[in-house]
Amino acid sequence: GSMANPLRTEVVRLYKNLLYLGREYPRGGDYFRDRLRAAFAKNRAVQDPEKIKEMIARGEYVARELEALYYLRKYRAMKKRYYEE
Amino acid sequence: MSGRVLVGVKRVIDYAVKIRVKPDNSGVVTDGVKHSMNPFCEIAVEEAVKLKEKKLIKEVVAVSCGPQQAQETIRTALAMGADRGIHVEVSGKDYDALGPLQVSKILAALAKKEEAQLIILGKQAIDDDCNQTGQMTAALLDWPQGTFASEVSLEGDKVKVLREIDGGLETIKINTPAVVTADLRLNTPRYATLPNIMKAKKKKIVNVKPADLGVDVTSRLEILRVDDPPQRQAGVKVETVEDLVGKLKEAGRI
Repeated sequence: GSMANPLRTEVVRLYKNLLYLGREYPRGGDYFRDRLRAAFAKNRAVQDPEKIKEMIARGEYVARELEALYYLRKYRAMKKRYYEE
Repeated sequence: MSGRVLVGVKRVIDYAVKIRVKPDNSGVVTDGVKHSMNPFCEIAVEEAVKLKEKKLIKEVVAVSCGPQQAQETIRTALAMGADRGIHVEVSGKDYDALGPLQVSKILAALAKKEEAQLIILGKQAIDDDCNQTGQMTAALLDWPQGTFASEVSLEGDKVKVLREIDGGLETIKINTPAVVTADLRLNTPRYATLPNIMKAKKKKIVNVKPADLGVDVTSRLEILRVDDPPQRQAGVKVETVEDLVGKLKEAGRI
Protein backbone atom coordinates (compact mmCIF):
# COMPACT_ATOMS: atom_id res chain seq x y z
CA GLY A 1 0.00 0.00 0.00
CA SER A 2 0.98 3.66 -0.20
CA MET A 3 0.90 4.12 3.58
CA ALA A 4 4.09 2.59 4.83
CA ASN A 5 3.22 0.73 8.00
CA PRO A 6 6.13 0.39 10.46
CA LEU A 7 5.07 -3.24 11.00
CA ARG A 8 5.38 -4.02 7.31
CA THR A 9 8.89 -5.45 7.62
CA GLU A 10 7.75 -7.81 10.33
CA VAL A 11 4.75 -8.95 8.30
CA VAL A 12 6.94 -9.59 5.25
CA ARG A 13 9.42 -11.50 7.39
CA LEU A 14 6.63 -13.66 8.80
CA TYR A 15 5.23 -14.30 5.32
CA LYS A 16 8.65 -15.37 4.00
CA ASN A 17 9.26 -17.59 6.99
CA LEU A 18 5.88 -19.31 6.59
CA LEU A 19 6.45 -19.67 2.86
CA TYR A 20 9.76 -21.37 3.60
CA LEU A 21 8.19 -23.68 6.16
CA GLY A 22 5.36 -24.48 3.75
CA ARG A 23 7.71 -26.15 1.28
CA GLU A 24 7.72 -29.20 3.52
CA TYR A 25 3.95 -29.23 4.09
CA PRO A 26 2.56 -32.79 3.79
CA ARG A 27 -0.08 -31.71 1.23
CA GLY A 28 2.54 -29.90 -0.84
CA GLY A 29 4.20 -26.50 -0.98
CA ASP A 30 1.74 -25.22 -3.62
CA TYR A 31 -1.25 -26.13 -1.50
CA PHE A 32 0.26 -24.30 1.45
CA ARG A 33 1.35 -21.24 -0.52
CA ASP A 34 -2.12 -20.67 -1.99
CA ARG A 35 -3.70 -20.72 1.45
CA LEU A 36 -0.95 -18.62 2.96
CA ARG A 37 -1.37 -15.97 0.30
CA ALA A 38 -5.15 -15.96 0.74
CA ALA A 39 -4.83 -15.60 4.52
CA PHE A 40 -2.52 -12.59 4.21
CA ALA A 41 -4.53 -11.02 1.38
CA LYS A 42 -7.72 -11.23 3.42
CA ASN A 43 -6.20 -8.94 6.06
CA ARG A 44 -4.25 -6.63 3.82
CA ALA A 45 -6.42 -3.58 4.66
CA VAL A 46 -5.92 -3.85 8.41
CA GLN A 47 -4.25 -0.68 9.74
CA ASP A 48 -4.62 -0.91 13.51
CA PRO A 49 -1.12 -1.69 14.90
CA GLU A 50 -2.57 -3.66 17.81
CA LYS A 51 -4.57 -5.86 15.45
CA ILE A 52 -1.55 -6.37 13.19
CA LYS A 53 0.59 -7.36 16.18
CA GLU A 54 -2.07 -9.86 17.20
CA MET A 55 -2.05 -11.36 13.72
CA ILE A 56 1.76 -11.54 13.66
CA ALA A 57 1.66 -13.42 16.97
CA ARG A 58 -0.87 -15.80 15.48
CA GLY A 59 1.32 -16.33 12.41
CA GLU A 60 4.33 -17.03 14.60
CA TYR A 61 2.28 -19.56 16.51
CA VAL A 62 1.42 -21.30 13.23
CA ALA A 63 5.13 -21.37 12.36
CA ARG A 64 5.98 -23.06 15.66
CA GLU A 65 3.15 -25.54 15.14
CA LEU A 66 4.50 -26.39 11.69
CA GLU A 67 7.98 -27.00 13.10
CA ALA A 68 6.49 -29.29 15.74
CA LEU A 69 4.43 -31.11 13.10
CA TYR A 70 7.46 -31.72 10.89
CA TYR A 71 9.52 -32.96 13.82
CA LEU A 72 6.81 -35.35 14.96
CA ARG A 73 6.25 -36.67 11.48
CA LYS A 74 9.95 -37.42 11.03
CA TYR A 75 10.32 -38.87 14.52
CA ARG A 76 7.37 -41.18 13.98
CA ALA A 77 8.72 -42.33 10.61
CA MET A 78 12.13 -43.09 12.17
CA LYS A 79 10.56 -44.87 15.12
CA LYS A 80 8.41 -47.00 12.86
CA ARG A 81 11.31 -47.87 10.55
CA TYR A 82 13.94 -48.59 13.14
CA TYR A 83 12.33 -49.35 16.47
CA GLU A 84 9.11 -51.28 15.93
CA GLU A 85 9.09 -54.91 14.96
CA MET B 1 41.19 -29.60 26.22
CA SER B 2 40.35 -27.87 22.96
CA GLY B 3 36.62 -27.67 23.64
CA ARG B 4 36.07 -28.45 19.99
CA VAL B 5 33.41 -30.85 18.80
CA LEU B 6 33.41 -32.31 15.32
CA VAL B 7 29.98 -33.29 14.00
CA GLY B 8 29.53 -35.39 10.88
CA VAL B 9 26.56 -34.50 8.69
CA LYS B 10 25.50 -36.65 5.76
CA ARG B 11 23.35 -35.60 2.83
CA VAL B 12 20.85 -38.34 2.08
CA ILE B 13 17.62 -38.77 0.13
CA ASP B 14 14.90 -37.16 2.26
CA TYR B 15 13.16 -39.59 4.60
CA ALA B 16 9.73 -38.83 3.09
CA VAL B 17 10.77 -39.66 -0.49
CA LYS B 18 9.67 -42.96 -2.01
CA ILE B 19 12.93 -44.63 -3.03
CA ARG B 20 13.15 -45.94 -6.59
CA VAL B 21 15.68 -48.55 -7.68
CA LYS B 22 17.37 -47.88 -11.03
CA PRO B 23 16.15 -50.17 -13.83
CA ASP B 24 19.64 -51.71 -14.18
CA ASN B 25 19.77 -52.46 -10.41
CA SER B 26 23.03 -50.53 -10.06
CA GLY B 27 21.66 -48.31 -7.28
CA VAL B 28 18.79 -45.97 -6.47
CA VAL B 29 17.58 -42.94 -8.40
CA THR B 30 19.08 -39.76 -6.88
CA ASP B 31 18.71 -37.25 -9.76
CA GLY B 32 15.97 -34.71 -9.16
CA VAL B 33 15.16 -36.31 -5.81
CA LYS B 34 14.80 -34.22 -2.65
CA HIS B 35 17.77 -34.58 -0.32
CA SER B 36 18.21 -33.44 3.25
CA MET B 37 20.35 -34.02 6.31
CA ASN B 38 20.28 -37.57 7.67
CA PRO B 39 17.85 -37.43 10.64
CA PHE B 40 20.39 -39.06 12.98
CA CYS B 41 22.95 -36.41 12.00
CA GLU B 42 20.42 -33.71 12.97
CA ILE B 43 20.33 -35.26 16.42
CA ALA B 44 24.15 -35.22 16.55
CA VAL B 45 24.24 -31.52 15.59
CA GLU B 46 21.59 -30.66 18.17
CA GLU B 47 23.56 -32.40 20.90
CA ALA B 48 26.76 -30.55 20.04
CA VAL B 49 24.96 -27.20 19.89
CA LYS B 50 23.31 -27.88 23.24
CA LEU B 51 26.72 -28.63 24.79
CA LYS B 52 27.93 -25.30 23.45
CA GLU B 53 24.88 -23.45 24.78
CA LYS B 54 25.63 -24.94 28.19
CA LYS B 55 29.19 -23.60 27.75
CA LEU B 56 30.62 -27.10 28.18
CA ILE B 57 32.40 -26.83 24.85
CA LYS B 58 33.70 -23.91 22.84
CA GLU B 59 33.20 -24.69 19.18
CA VAL B 60 31.07 -26.90 16.95
CA VAL B 61 32.52 -27.82 13.56
CA ALA B 62 30.23 -29.50 11.02
CA VAL B 63 31.85 -31.80 8.47
CA SER B 64 30.32 -33.31 5.37
CA CYS B 65 31.91 -35.46 2.66
CA GLY B 66 30.47 -35.37 -0.83
CA PRO B 67 29.94 -33.26 -3.95
CA GLN B 68 29.11 -29.55 -4.06
CA GLN B 69 25.59 -30.16 -2.68
CA ALA B 70 27.06 -31.39 0.61
CA GLN B 71 27.50 -27.68 1.40
CA GLU B 72 23.71 -27.34 1.69
CA THR B 73 23.79 -29.92 4.45
CA ILE B 74 26.61 -28.05 6.17
CA ARG B 75 24.55 -24.82 5.86
CA THR B 76 21.70 -26.55 7.65
CA ALA B 77 24.07 -27.54 10.47
CA LEU B 78 25.32 -23.94 10.63
CA ALA B 79 21.73 -22.69 10.79
CA MET B 80 21.13 -25.06 13.69
CA GLY B 81 24.02 -23.46 15.54
CA ALA B 82 27.30 -25.02 14.39
CA ASP B 83 30.09 -22.41 14.24
CA ARG B 84 31.85 -23.34 11.02
CA GLY B 85 31.92 -26.01 8.37
CA ILE B 86 34.40 -28.23 6.58
CA HIS B 87 33.38 -29.56 3.20
CA VAL B 88 35.48 -32.55 2.20
CA GLU B 89 34.98 -32.63 -1.52
CA VAL B 90 34.43 -36.10 -2.98
CA SER B 91 32.67 -36.47 -6.31
CA GLY B 92 32.17 -38.76 -9.29
CA LYS B 93 33.24 -42.37 -8.93
CA ASP B 94 34.90 -41.71 -5.57
CA TYR B 95 31.60 -40.44 -4.21
CA ASP B 96 29.69 -43.45 -5.58
CA ALA B 97 32.09 -45.73 -3.71
CA LEU B 98 32.34 -43.58 -0.57
CA GLY B 99 31.51 -45.75 2.43
CA PRO B 100 31.93 -45.79 6.21
CA LEU B 101 35.63 -46.74 6.04
CA GLN B 102 36.56 -43.86 3.74
CA VAL B 103 34.51 -41.36 5.75
CA SER B 104 36.05 -42.68 8.98
CA LYS B 105 39.55 -42.11 7.63
CA ILE B 106 38.58 -38.54 6.70
CA LEU B 107 36.98 -37.88 10.11
CA ALA B 108 39.95 -39.36 11.95
CA ALA B 109 42.37 -37.16 10.00
CA LEU B 110 40.24 -34.07 10.65
CA ALA B 111 39.87 -34.89 14.34
CA LYS B 112 43.66 -34.89 14.69
CA LYS B 113 44.09 -31.75 12.60
CA GLU B 114 41.40 -29.87 14.53
CA GLU B 115 42.42 -31.36 17.89
CA ALA B 116 38.81 -32.33 18.54
CA GLN B 117 37.78 -33.27 22.03
CA LEU B 118 34.67 -35.05 20.88
CA ILE B 119 33.25 -36.38 17.64
CA ILE B 120 29.47 -36.70 17.56
CA LEU B 121 27.89 -38.62 14.70
CA GLY B 122 24.50 -40.08 13.95
CA LYS B 123 24.44 -43.77 14.78
CA GLN B 124 23.64 -44.55 11.16
CA ALA B 125 22.42 -42.97 7.94
CA ILE B 126 18.98 -43.74 6.58
CA ASP B 127 20.31 -44.43 3.09
CA ASP B 128 22.85 -47.25 3.53
CA ASP B 129 21.94 -48.08 7.17
CA CYS B 130 25.57 -49.08 7.76
CA ASN B 131 25.97 -48.06 11.40
CA GLN B 132 29.76 -48.28 11.13
CA THR B 133 31.25 -44.81 10.77
CA GLY B 134 31.36 -43.96 14.48
CA GLN B 135 32.84 -47.29 15.45
CA MET B 136 35.46 -47.23 12.67
CA THR B 137 36.43 -43.63 13.43
CA ALA B 138 36.99 -44.49 17.10
CA ALA B 139 39.03 -47.53 16.09
CA LEU B 140 41.23 -45.58 13.66
CA LEU B 141 41.91 -42.93 16.31
CA ASP B 142 42.15 -45.49 19.11
CA TRP B 143 39.63 -43.39 21.06
CA PRO B 144 36.88 -44.67 23.36
CA GLN B 145 33.39 -44.82 21.88
CA GLY B 146 29.90 -44.32 23.26
CA THR B 147 27.50 -45.61 20.64
CA PHE B 148 23.66 -45.46 20.52
CA ALA B 149 23.63 -42.57 22.96
CA SER B 150 20.31 -41.50 24.43
CA GLU B 151 21.90 -39.19 27.01
CA VAL B 152 25.30 -37.49 27.01
CA SER B 153 26.89 -35.51 29.82
CA LEU B 154 30.36 -34.05 29.93
CA GLU B 155 32.09 -34.47 33.27
CA GLY B 156 35.48 -32.82 33.17
CA ASP B 157 37.68 -34.79 30.84
CA LYS B 158 35.22 -37.69 30.79
CA VAL B 159 31.91 -38.18 29.08
CA LYS B 160 29.03 -40.17 30.52
CA VAL B 161 26.87 -41.88 27.93
CA LEU B 162 23.55 -43.60 28.48
CA ARG B 163 23.39 -46.23 25.74
CA GLU B 164 20.34 -47.84 24.19
CA ILE B 165 20.99 -51.56 24.18
CA ASP B 166 18.74 -54.55 23.55
CA GLY B 167 16.00 -54.54 26.13
CA GLY B 168 17.46 -51.79 28.30
CA LEU B 169 19.96 -49.06 28.94
CA GLU B 170 23.65 -49.09 29.77
CA THR B 171 25.56 -46.22 31.39
CA ILE B 172 29.24 -45.88 30.59
CA LYS B 173 31.86 -43.29 31.44
CA ILE B 174 34.67 -42.88 28.95
CA ASN B 175 37.71 -40.65 28.61
CA THR B 176 37.84 -37.87 26.08
CA PRO B 177 38.75 -37.47 23.33
CA ALA B 178 35.97 -39.84 22.34
CA VAL B 179 33.45 -40.68 19.65
CA VAL B 180 29.74 -40.59 20.46
CA THR B 181 26.97 -41.76 18.14
CA ALA B 182 23.44 -40.43 18.53
CA ASP B 183 20.35 -42.58 18.88
CA LEU B 184 16.84 -41.35 18.10
CA ARG B 185 15.87 -40.42 21.65
CA LEU B 186 18.96 -38.33 22.46
CA ASN B 187 17.18 -35.01 21.86
CA THR B 188 14.71 -33.05 19.74
CA PRO B 189 16.61 -31.35 16.91
CA ARG B 190 15.68 -27.72 16.35
CA TYR B 191 14.36 -26.62 13.00
CA ALA B 192 16.72 -24.76 10.69
CA THR B 193 14.56 -21.67 10.31
CA LEU B 194 14.80 -19.24 7.41
CA PRO B 195 16.27 -16.38 9.48
CA ASN B 196 18.92 -18.77 10.82
CA ILE B 197 19.67 -20.11 7.34
CA MET B 198 20.23 -16.48 6.30
CA LYS B 199 22.46 -15.77 9.28
CA ALA B 200 24.39 -18.97 8.63
CA LYS B 201 25.46 -17.60 5.24
CA LYS B 202 28.00 -15.46 7.09
CA LYS B 203 29.61 -18.51 8.70
CA LYS B 204 32.67 -20.02 7.07
CA ILE B 205 32.87 -23.29 5.20
CA VAL B 206 36.34 -24.39 4.15
CA ASN B 207 36.80 -26.76 1.28
CA VAL B 208 39.36 -29.58 1.47
CA LYS B 209 40.05 -32.68 -0.56
CA PRO B 210 40.74 -36.11 0.99
CA ALA B 211 44.27 -35.95 -0.43
CA ASP B 212 44.89 -32.69 1.51
CA LEU B 213 44.27 -34.76 4.64
CA GLY B 214 46.47 -37.59 3.43
CA VAL B 215 43.48 -39.87 2.97
CA ASP B 216 43.13 -42.33 0.13
CA VAL B 217 39.42 -42.90 -0.56
CA THR B 218 39.87 -46.01 -2.71
CA SER B 219 37.21 -48.57 -1.86
CA ARG B 220 37.58 -52.30 -2.01
CA LEU B 221 33.85 -52.88 -1.97
CA GLU B 222 31.81 -53.38 -5.09
CA ILE B 223 28.03 -53.15 -5.10
CA LEU B 224 26.82 -56.06 -7.20
CA ARG B 225 23.15 -55.15 -7.32
CA VAL B 226 20.41 -53.27 -5.51
CA ASP B 227 16.88 -54.65 -5.35
CA ASP B 228 13.49 -53.47 -4.11
CA PRO B 229 12.26 -55.17 -0.95
CA PRO B 230 10.05 -58.17 -1.83
CA GLN B 231 6.43 -57.26 -2.49
CA ARG B 232 3.98 -58.45 0.12
CA GLN B 233 1.82 -61.22 -1.33
CA ALA B 234 -1.94 -60.70 -1.40
CA GLY B 235 -3.84 -62.51 1.36
CA VAL B 236 -6.76 -64.95 1.02
CA LYS B 237 -10.01 -65.01 2.93
CA VAL B 238 -11.23 -68.30 4.34
CA GLU B 239 -14.81 -69.09 5.39
CA THR B 240 -14.26 -71.82 7.94
CA VAL B 241 -11.64 -73.31 10.23
CA GLU B 242 -11.51 -76.37 7.92
CA ASP B 243 -10.70 -74.10 5.00
CA LEU B 244 -7.99 -72.42 7.03
CA VAL B 245 -6.41 -75.72 8.02
CA GLY B 246 -6.65 -76.92 4.42
CA LYS B 247 -4.95 -73.77 3.09
CA LEU B 248 -2.20 -74.00 5.70
CA LYS B 249 -1.55 -77.64 4.77
CA GLU B 250 -1.50 -76.69 1.10
CA ALA B 251 1.10 -74.01 1.86
CA GLY B 252 3.12 -76.56 3.82
CA ARG B 253 2.85 -74.53 7.03
CA ILE B 254 1.44 -77.34 9.13
